[in-house]
Amino acid sequence: MIREIIGMAFIILGITFDFLGVLGLVRLPDVYNRLQAATKCVTFGSAGVLFGVFILQGFNNFGFKALIGIVFIFLTSPVAAHAISRAAHRSGIPLTKETIVDKYQEDHELREG
Amino acid sequence: MKYLRWFLGLIFVGCFLYFNFFIYQGDIIFKLINVILFSALFVLFRVIFGPSPADRIVAVDILGILIIGMLALIGLYYDKSFFMDIGLIWALLSFIASLAFAKILEGRQLDD
Repeated sequence: MIREIIGMAFIILGITFDFLGVLGLVRLPDVYNRLQAATKCVTFGSAGVLFGVFILQGFNNFGFKALIGIVFIFLTSPVAAHAISRAAHRSGIPLTKETIVDKYQEDHELREG
Repeated sequence: MKYLRWFLGLIFVGCFLYFNFFIYQGDIIFKLINVILFSALFVLFRVIFGPSPADRIVAVDILGILIIGMLALIGLYYDKSFFMDIGLIWALLSFIASLAFAKILEGRQLDD
């Protein structure tokens, strides 16, 4: 009984984070801001859903597959986000107008001479 | 004009949440799956109207992660564990596709 309540709480929390992250993906003004909001919130959201499924199912094959999914999401999603943002900056997609500082561009100019 | 857009979006999301959680008679897991599908609608908006190619790549990457959670909930309802296999393979393919798209966007070839 208490296990079901905790598992459903984790699932509802994860789906709330999913929804908020996708709202950030729609509303924010820039590629980099959208990537930051979407990746953090959706990673935590789907990991929360999988952890809730693990708590509800216990130590059987379904629960262990959910744990493997959590590990896989935590390993791969930041790598993909970093690759996409680096490629976007190098291919010259402009930043938003409210940008104050761009350290990557300064380092690039310093390296080029 | 800006406040009008905010207000229309608030009415849209509020109508969806009201019809989902108070009108629709179904299992609680199906209501949660409906929320994930509604989020996928926003992601498809960003795929179609994205101003730059990087927006579309980000949206496709996020869509893969949303589908993993949806498959976990479907497997929880039907009490079958092979849905989670589909989710793991989808995550793997989404990761590889994101890296390949990023490499092409940067201007390099795949064998570089």
